[in-house]
Amino acid sequence: MKRPVACASAIAVAAMLAFASAAQAQTKTITLCWAAWDPANALVELSKDFTTKTGIQMKFEFVPWPNFADRFLNELNSKGKLCDLMIGDSQWIGGAAENGQYVKLNDFFAKEGIKMSDFMPATVVGYSEWPKHTPNYWALPAMGDSVGWTYRKDWFNRPEIKSEFKTKYKRDLAPPKTWDEFKQVAEFFQNRTIDGKKVYGAYIFTERGSEGITMGVTNVLYPYGFKYDDPKKPYVMDGFVNSADSVKGLEFYKSLYKCCTSPGLTNAYMQEGLDAFKSGQVAMMMNWFAFFPGLYKDPNVGGDKIGFFINPSEKTKGVQLGGQGISVVAASPNRNEALQYIKWFATPEVQKKWWSLGGYSCLKSVLQDPGFVKSAPFAKEFLESMDMVDDFWAEPSYAQLLLAMQKRVHDYVVADKGTAKEALDLLVADWTKVFKEEGKLK
Amino acid sequence: MMNALDPHAVLDKAVEATPAPLARRIRGLSDRAIAWLFIAPTIALLLAINIFPLLWTIRLSFTNFRANRPNATVAGVGIDNYVSVLTDPDVWAAMQATAHFLFWTILLQTMLGFTLAYLIDRRFRGHGFWTTVILIPMMLSPAVVGNFWAFLYQPQIGLFNYVVSFFSGIPPSSFEMIGSVKLAPWSIIIVDTWMWTPYVMLICLAGLRSIPNYIYEAAEVDRASRWRQFWSITLPMALPFIMLAVLFRGIENFKMFDMVNLLTSGGPGSTTELASITLKREAFEKWRTGYSSAFAIVLFVTVFGLANIYVKALNRVKNR
Repeated sequence: MKRPVACASAIAVAAMLAFASAAQAQTKTITLCWAAWDPANALVELSKDFTTKTGIQMKFEFVPWPNFADRFLNELNSKGKLCDLMIGDSQWIGGAAENGQYVKLNDFFAKEGIKMSDFMPATVVGYSEWPKHTPNYWALPAMGDSVGWTYRKDWFNRPEIKSEFKTKYKRDLAPPKTWDEFKQVAEFFQNRTIDGKKVYGAYIFTERGSEGITMGVTNVLYPYGFKYDDPKKPYVMDGFVNSADSVKGLEFYKSLYKCCTSPGLTNAYMQEGLDAFKSGQVAMMMNWFAFFPGLYKDPNVGGDKIGFFINPSEKTKGVQLGGQGISVVAASPNRNEALQYIKWFATPEVQKKWWSLGGYSCLKSVLQDPGFVKSAPFAKEFLESMDMVDDFWAEPSYAQLLLAMQKRVHDYVVADKGTAKEALDLLVADWTKVFKEEGKLK
Repeated sequence: MMNALDPHAVLDKAVEATPAPLARRIRGLSDRAIAWLFIAPTIALLLAINIFPLLWTIRLSFTNFRANRPNATVAGVGIDNYVSVLTDPDVWAAMQATAHFLFWTILLQTMLGFTLAYLIDRRFRGHGFWTTVILIPMMLSPAVVGNFWAFLYQPQIGLFNYVVSFFSGIPPSSFEMIGSVKLAPWSIIIVDTWMWTPYVMLICLAGLRSIPNYIYEAAEVDRASRWRQFWSITLPMALPFIMLAVLFRGIENFKMFDMVNLLTSGGPGSTTELASITLKREAFEKWRTGYSSAFAIVLFVTVFGLANIYVKALNRVKNR
């Protein structure tokens, strides 16, 4: 009796092992590369549904923002096989398209019935198209984002603060709508003692090494009338980048930095802003909408204590576009599986869940849903912001253009070097040199 | 067991194990050929990882190559890249920042390092313990040092400002070490000095301990004062070691990158943008590979030339 039982057990174990190894052989794994931040955690959660549906396992490579561009641009340039899917910055699209680093998705979109007209126009232009405003798609809009503002609603609502503000400025204390109002509010809070602690007016981006100060200053430059080039003569920048309005805008950013920020804010970007706001140091904070779901949940400064507002206007409206599209890396050996992920990610149900988990969908059906505006306390502001976005150059030479602006703006705003006009004139000279090298200017 | 460790036995076994044809061929080689045979792997490695990249960099420096545009046509540009490097005001600003950093770090580290070595050499009670304590900073990673000094320099919560405030009475939030154009260059000098003075101390200590005691005893017999002994014996005999420390620190600090990049990112503005940071930005952020190769060659020639002149001076001092 014992022998047949033993034989049966051995056969069962062998069969199990055989099936297990066959199943393992069939299981594909694809790797998605992105920045290490709150929305990436939401994407990990969301992607479990993809694995359940397709059996394809997901691996994630998330790199902190300060090293994000360095790490993944190196990966793309070296034709590395680490990433199958890349959620790369919007400005990479030109370089990635022209250097054959992303797969062109037009045929795939046509075959699968994915229509770019179903996505918000600004996100399609910003995240997917190269050349801009042409129907050549290299990414699916994945994570809508722009700069927005948080403020301490609880401080703004305190009767003694409200009445003092009204006495001083003859208007109610409220989230600012223009940059002049913004400066008044920031000055009002600067060095004020609240709950026994010294607080500061505003937090703005000043980071030097990657993209920080550029992503900050443009939120003032755009509303003041800054333009990247002559709308009639592409790449002709003199009189646009360094126009009188642009100069005023740059001077204003410096005045904000000088009057209303905390000491030591000389090289600070998103994370430092979150730290400053969460520790109750600042009344108003510039940051990306992507962080707002996490801030709203924060036990110390979230909930009723936090409010949100869109970037103030001046001569016109404008705000810096953030966010990214999702692309298939041309060097990936798992192209079909990566495309399957994009197909799955583009479906309305997945996009709806993406928003509910803390990601920012770019799909019109999600954003135009009647319940969307009330679905989160910052949803209305997000929609308004996405209607007024502008983006930095997305040229193949974007890194050179960005580093030039980082240098010129930081030199003027933080290091007190020269005047705003000189800084912008030098920037025009730098950018002109780059475009001449590229053969785009004679 | 003992037999297994006997070198003759090991040699015999090796001889037995060598196939006869190979043994015959080796027996036919001259001593010089065998020497070459032994050093050949090292030379091959050296050529592969040092000389070839250097030659390749020289070649790239005469082209418009960009590493992020593999499909673009690579064209020769003659000496244009070198002209651009040498006429670029930003490059000269970075070289000035590097020279300032180099001069002050070497001066401070040499003075402090030698003073510490002189004190430690007194062999007071617990000198071994204090030597270990002093050496701790140089054992840390530059990345760690850069990050934690960024916290120490933070004007609101940083310890550095509080210490300065305690001794000077200046309010701690009233000055910013890494945010101020005037103070930032000094902030990186302070950190580098804090980190690398122990290294200079160690080399100087070796120099001081190499001076034979009988020389001092003879000086004592001649009634030479301590001051006289220092100037006539200690300093001249330790000088080659001090000069060696200066050479090492000079070469290291000429290519300083990690600590400064983490501490200031070259800011505020470009105040602390050393040559190596500019080079990294050109090479791996702007992807101007040809231009940055030319810049790298210019830096290499500068440091190589200066180091050679210095080594000649060092040899003269040693032979005196």
